[in-house]
Amino acid sequence: MMEKERSGVAGLKIKRALIHIVLILLTIICLLPFYILLINSTRNHVDIQKGFSILPGKAFLKNFQNLMSNPNLPVLRGIFNSFIVASGSAVLTTYFSSLTAYAIHAYDFKGKKTIFTFILMIMMVPTQVSALGFVDLMRDMNLTNNFIPLIAPSIAAPVVFFFMKQYMESALPIEIVEAGRIDGAHEFRAFNTIVLPIMKPAIAVQAIFAFTSSWNNYFIPSLILDKKDMKTLPILIAQLRSADFLKFDMGQVYMMIAISIFPVMIVYFLVSKSIVQGVALGSVKG
Amino acid sequence: MIKKKTSCIKYTKWGYIFLIPFFLVYTVFSLIPLISTFYNSFFENYMSGLTQVGPNFVGLANYNGLFENTNLLKFTQNTLIMWLMGFIPQICVSLLLAAWFTNIRLKIRGKQFFKVIIYMPNLIMAAAFSMLFFAIFSDIGPINDLLMRLGILDEPFRFLSSVGGTRGLVALMNFLMWFGNTTILLMAGMMGIDVSLFEAAEVDGAKAFEIFRMITMPLLRPIFIYVLITSLIGGIQMFDVPQILTNGSGSPNNSSMTLIMYLNKHLYSKNYGMAGALSVILFICTAVLSLLIYFKFTKKEN
Amino acid sequence: MKKKLLSLLLATMMILGLLAGCSKSGEETSTDPEKAPVENGTEDAKQGNDSKEEAVEVNEGKVFNIYCWNTEFQDRVKAYYPGYTDNGDGTGKIGDIAVNWVITPSDDNAYQNALDAALLAQADAADDEKVDLFLIEADYALKYINTDYAMDVEEIGLTADDMKDQYQYTKDIVTDSNGKIRGTTWQATPGLFAYRRSIANDVLGTDDPAEVQKRISNWDDFNAVAEEMKSKGYTMLSGYDDAYRTFSNNVAGPWVQDGKVIVDDNLMKWVDQTKEFTDKGYNNKTSLWSDGWAKDQGPDGKTFGFFYSTWGINFTLMGYSLADSDAEATVGNGIYGDWAVTEGPAPFYWGGTWICAATGTDNPSLVKDIMYTLTCDADTMKKITQETQDYTNNQKAMEEIANSDFQSEFLGGQNHIALFASAAPKIDMSNISPYDQGCNEEFQSAFKDYFDGNVTKEDALQNFYDNIVIKYPELTY
Repeated sequence: MMEKERSGVAGLKIKRALIHIVLILLTIICLLPFYILLINSTRNHVDIQKGFSILPGKAFLKNFQNLMSNPNLPVLRGIFNSFIVASGSAVLTTYFSSLTAYAIHAYDFKGKKTIFTFILMIMMVPTQVSALGFVDLMRDMNLTNNFIPLIAPSIAAPVVFFFMKQYMESALPIEIVEAGRIDGAHEFRAFNTIVLPIMKPAIAVQAIFAFTSSWNNYFIPSLILDKKDMKTLPILIAQLRSADFLKFDMGQVYMMIAISIFPVMIVYFLVSKSIVQGVALGSVKG
Repeated sequence: MIKKKTSCIKYTKWGYIFLIPFFLVYTVFSLIPLISTFYNSFFENYMSGLTQVGPNFVGLANYNGLFENTNLLKFTQNTLIMWLMGFIPQICVSLLLAAWFTNIRLKIRGKQFFKVIIYMPNLIMAAAFSMLFFAIFSDIGPINDLLMRLGILDEPFRFLSSVGGTRGLVALMNFLMWFGNTTILLMAGMMGIDVSLFEAAEVDGAKAFEIFRMITMPLLRPIFIYVLITSLIGGIQMFDVPQILTNGSGSPNNSSMTLIMYLNKHLYSKNYGMAGALSVILFICTAVLSLLIYFKFTKKEN
Repeated sequence: MKKKLLSLLLATMMILGLLAGCSKSGEETSTDPEKAPVENGTEDAKQGNDSKEEAVEVNEGKVFNIYCWNTEFQDRVKAYYPGYTDNGDGTGKIGDIAVNWVITPSDDNAYQNALDAALLAQADAADDEKVDLFLIEADYALKYINTDYAMDVEEIGLTADDMKDQYQYTKDIVTDSNGKIRGTTWQATPGLFAYRRSIANDVLGTDDPAEVQKRISNWDDFNAVAEEMKSKGYTMLSGYDDAYRTFSNNVAGPWVQDGKVIVDDNLMKWVDQTKEFTDKGYNNKTSLWSDGWAKDQGPDGKTFGFFYSTWGINFTLMGYSLADSDAEATVGNGIYGDWAVTEGPAPFYWGGTWICAATGTDNPSLVKDIMYTLTCDADTMKKITQETQDYTNNQKAMEEIANSDFQSEFLGGQNHIALFASAAPKIDMSNISPYDQGCNEEFQSAFKDYFDGNVTKEDALQNFYDNIVIKYPELTY
């Protein structure tokens, strides 16, 4: 009996060691590309061509300055544009998705079930299939090279709506709303002053997701924006891939990728705890 | 009593009012474009140089054009193959990791750290991630250099010139971007399972794998459906990663050309008729797939 | 308190987002009414009294938009157009007029699409948004030349006498079906074979261009030298596409005939030769513009030579040759000075950039002046050639330099202008079509799979046809 238990403990130890090795390997696979990126963004073109290096070079500032002074890649402008679009989308999508979810959650009205099912159905429709009509319509409305077509549609985001609805079910008892009504609060005010604060954890998580997905979005913006000053970061990156004359200097190429990746990474590591917890927040019941 | 009823009607009104923004925006930015896309698919409508051709009503000619060519089938296959190549390892690794992380007896150190790391690639801009892979996996890039120095390769492996290499890279990126997310979702599901079930099974002498198969898996079914559907829909929409990796060419031999890349090509040549027809086909495919999976899994559950 | 903060944040972000959209349109509309009367005033003034040139220029549009696909022309204007000052942020100034460069990479017809969109909107665009000047390449010049979007240069003010020294082919290519010239260029683009002197010495025992030419004057000899190169650890060419233009420029007919795509026999010869080179290890399997291709032209390269035309030598090859791109381009920096050029096995040309005036421009006199200075003025053109080794479009000036003791440091003291001067008059562009860029790109890309061993020749051809009709729906095969 004792013997068996001991071997069990030893087996567990070996298992634990193996698991840790696997985990460390996975971590390396996850981090290696970014490590190479970090290193190569500090090296100059000729050094990069010579091959891989474990240690950073000394050209970080030079690459950065070269990129910043490259008139054909308005990086700062791109970051600014991306930021406007992403934060605009994040704000609108969380606010209006909460509102929509609240309408379904808190009120009883005719056709509620149908509407709910309808929203769930359109969740399955990929945005790309209506891209053609979308671009066409925006051109007719004179909204190309404009951020409105990139920000406004986030008001109707079925996925975020679904998340908010799930969260309300667990965190927003209908009594709270009714208590507010007894106090004589106006419905719209009640939503803003009572419901929104309760939704804060869900809003925070979804705001971050909406921000990053908009920040990373490439397909629709590439069809809407073609003016240099309006381009967002992903479009500039794609340009880097296709433009011959931008490839003279791999140092700049790496620097450009680094600039679009590392800020998001840093912010992520700062708030990672709530993100990782939030991922599962709304979908557990799904 | 009467008073209460009227107030209820009064409140009901607000339900509709609060739905207005959603449906207004949805109509303008999604529904009308969707209908106009469908409408466009019945017309010949493209730019020839600087001259507009059409729109001329051509019935189903655009659809015929798409189905006549075997490419549509091929691109569908490509999309599914690349999705599966990423999804299968993704679901296996995620299950394993989730099982490890939720197993208290294993006492894994730095759980939080690993969770943070594996989720991170999910937030990376696919365009930048893809450009990064393009740079480091090039014929003379750092990865080949590293593999050669470690003695694993004698000469550079030309990833982007081989079918397996290109599809593998796309799958690897999709895997890296999504396995952390899936792990966390599965963990949430596993932690929701009553511990006493496991204990009872253990008392009955069930082995670890049996417990997993008989208890964990069935209880995880809803989460599985969720992961499968979202991943499949994401897979059908696959675009950024292969587009930027291959510069839109879907090389080699169109083997990494996805459906949306094909759509993008038609949009790019301003061929609205063909792009419309392709959109409609995509729409039908997604709808059928989603409904199929939805009904198949929910029925079994009942 | 927190609640207030949140709502404040919400409000500011929304306003910020909306402003970003609105301010743009606001700018546009506000310029419109301001501009219109000024413009009308100019017209009146012109008609009323023949005012001085100066006055006209002052009253022209305030923004000068130039559409192009890389920085080559920008560099020329910066260095050789008097009065141009660079703002350092991709814009410049000529006097009071702001110069705005709209650069779209040419890959996959992206540049043409952007230009098309702008030209189609030209009539309704605000003056400051109008295209004033746009650049086109030989591969698709015809698409614009046979339309009214490009102005007749005589209307702009260039006379036949101004252009008398330009190479005839550079004028032929931009002449529309009614005999009107609708563009002009500062360069002629005959192609040559550029090779590394050090490798030539090592393998062939000489680096003298005339001697090297004897060894590679036809394809059989060229292939024999390729074998020698390989035995010494070098590759003859870098990649698949290097020799492409030497074949594609010597075809029997254009790419597209009566709406049908025709693959010329000579192109299939390129396919066979490149396949042979690939299988025998005479090249490095790189593709045009890839990092490996660039590396082969640099200090660490082990490739004998590259087929390049004029701009490729002074713009591309020189850029890649340097070890330190920030240091001065001179002997000792990388392999600067280790290059030489010779005619190679077949004559060809590659590229060439034409300047067109956009119909509807609000800066016609500036357009004329730029065109004249850069493409007709012999002194400027001579200066460009002497300082940048570019080959400019002035037969007289070039022959003068060809017969002088001009030496290119980059090419190890060779007077390459003499070689270009004898090659340029032979250029024949009678087989171009408006679809050449798309066809060339798709053809090279489809056959890359064949060279890599991924598909058969027949499949590669089929892939080419499939892709070309997606790109140009009006074509058949």
